Amino acid sequence: MSEPNTSVADGILDVEKIRKDFPILSQTVRDKPLIYLDNAATTHKPISVIERVRSFDAEQYGTVRRGAYSLSEKATQLYEESRQKVADFMGAEKKGEIVFTSGTTQAINLVAHSFGKRFINAGDEIIISNIEHHANTVPWQVLCEERGAKLKVIPVSDDGELVMEEYEKLLSPKTRMVAVNHVSNALGTINPVKEITAKAHAAGAKVLIDGAQSAAHMKVDVQDIDCDFYTFSGHKMYAPSGIGGVYGKMEVWEELPPYVTGGDMITEVTLEKTTYAKPPARFEAGTPPITQVIGLGAAIDYLNSIGMDKISDYENSLLEYGTRLFKEIEGVRIIGNAHHKASLISFIINGAHPSDGHPHDVVSWLDRDGIACRGGHHCAQPTMIRYGVPATTRASMAFYNTTEELDALAESIRNGFPYGFVAL
Amino acid sequence: MSYDKELYQQVILDHNRKPRNFHVIDNASHNCHGVNPLCGDDITVYLNVDEEAGKIDEVSFQGSGCAICKASTSLMTAFLKGKTVEEAKQIKEEFHKMILGEFNPEKEEHHLGKLILFMGIREYPSRTKCASLAWHTLVGALDKKFDGISTE
Repeated sequence: MSEPNTSVADGILDVEKIRKDFPILSQTVRDKPLIYLDNAATTHKPISVIERVRSFDAEQYGTVRRGAYSLSEKATQLYEESRQKVADFMGAEKKGEIVFTSGTTQAINLVAHSFGKRFINAGDEIIISNIEHHANTVPWQVLCEERGAKLKVIPVSDDGELVMEEYEKLLSPKTRMVAVNHVSNALGTINPVKEITAKAHAAGAKVLIDGAQSAAHMKVDVQDIDCDFYTFSGHKMYAPSGIGGVYGKMEVWEELPPYVTGGDMITEVTLEKTTYAKPPARFEAGTPPITQVIGLGAAIDYLNSIGMDKISDYENSLLEYGTRLFKEIEGVRIIGNAHHKASLISFIINGAHPSDGHPHDVVSWLDRDGIACRGGHHCAQPTMIRYGVPATTRASMAFYNTTEELDALAESIRNGFPYGFVAL
Repeated sequence: MSYDKELYQQVILDHNRKPRNFHVIDNASHNCHGVNPLCGDDITVYLNVDEEAGKIDEVSFQGSGCAICKASTSLMTAFLKGKTVEEAKQIKEEFHKMILGEFNPEKEEHHLGKLILFMGIREYPSRTKCASLAWHTLVGALDKKFDGISTE
């Protein structure tokens, strides 16, 4: 066993106090305390978010951007305040650069559709990487098929890092868009998005960064990155599901046609012709998920109250602790060993019996001990193919996790080997 | 027969490590490819059926997947040899209901033999498809579903 190393992680945050803010964490699963390590899939909500959603619905709910009565005006004001919170949180210059969507998937589809319609023609090229979520793969594949464009893929090293020399070779005067994630959901790799963006811009291409896995785990500054688009999902940042969005540079937004059309995104509609509203309204047709937007604002308040630097320092200490623990377990192989990594460990069982330890067996085995991990291809099948595995088991951490929980995870894995991880 | 978790765990482990009837039947009278797209279980079941007697003479499989899927398919092939097609379909129905928790072989008459060791799956709803893929694929083969079987 490793020497106790709680001091590294414990000094940064008062985790016991933080855990009390999250009601769901105090429950038991199969008579064991819940150990929630699937934060890359979705995160839990602090009581402040739960309460804010309740109080908004109970006392302040109304339609937004329509009504000329007090309730609607107040709701609109709160809704726009949330947009400002998102803009500030991500370092956007203007509030109107934030467009709300249902989440990252819809955000990328919005950009692929609107940007593609305006700027992608036959023979053009779009670059993604080998470690993208399907949400940042399929929309571009579809767009390329529709437009006769070509999809190029940045290769990844055995450790899980993008091969930057190869990326530079892929860039050409035909490159219109480079779309990569900030953090890989399957491996945890933190990509050098600032460098990727600068190189793309030098080639005349626009850049979309999929921030689903980064927004709640590190300080993001979209102006510093200089990307043209940056997407995020509320339910991965301690906010309700069904809300997320995309930052875009205002001058880029202004050139794009709408994705979804209908009410609220227009300036004028006659039976012959419609003129579109300015961004962000142009991209927010219909009544938005109002309460969820308020919840997202409350989640950002909560994150700010702790501090993104502290959060990323603490989560990084959990990653170091967990990685060291995992490396001591014979028969466990970590997939993804990038130098810069978010707090996520993807692994396979590689023991004496090759057929033992399929991720779905491992996940059920861990569930017996109250531990929630993800097993599967993580909606990143091209990544799994690259590493020659059908699936991995993934432990993804948040600032409410503890070193003791990682000890319990390691212990449960050790105990699984004699049973071939068969849970019944 | 009481439900012995530890013993059953070991049986599944054994069939996962050493699957029985794990080969292709050349010129099989029936076969079907079954996949579980969400988790990647992927098997092909082969059968030689004596059409006149309505009897399964031979049954085998190939493929990859989790321990539950492979052990379930392995145990199925071992159990079905010599059974009639009618019996196989009845067993499939009982098996499927058992793992969904809708049929309790400890309390009701059944034809599942030692396949009741999969009863514990009812505690893990997300694993139901792992255990049942073999049986859906078997029925697909018997019904000549040439497009294969998908659990989604």
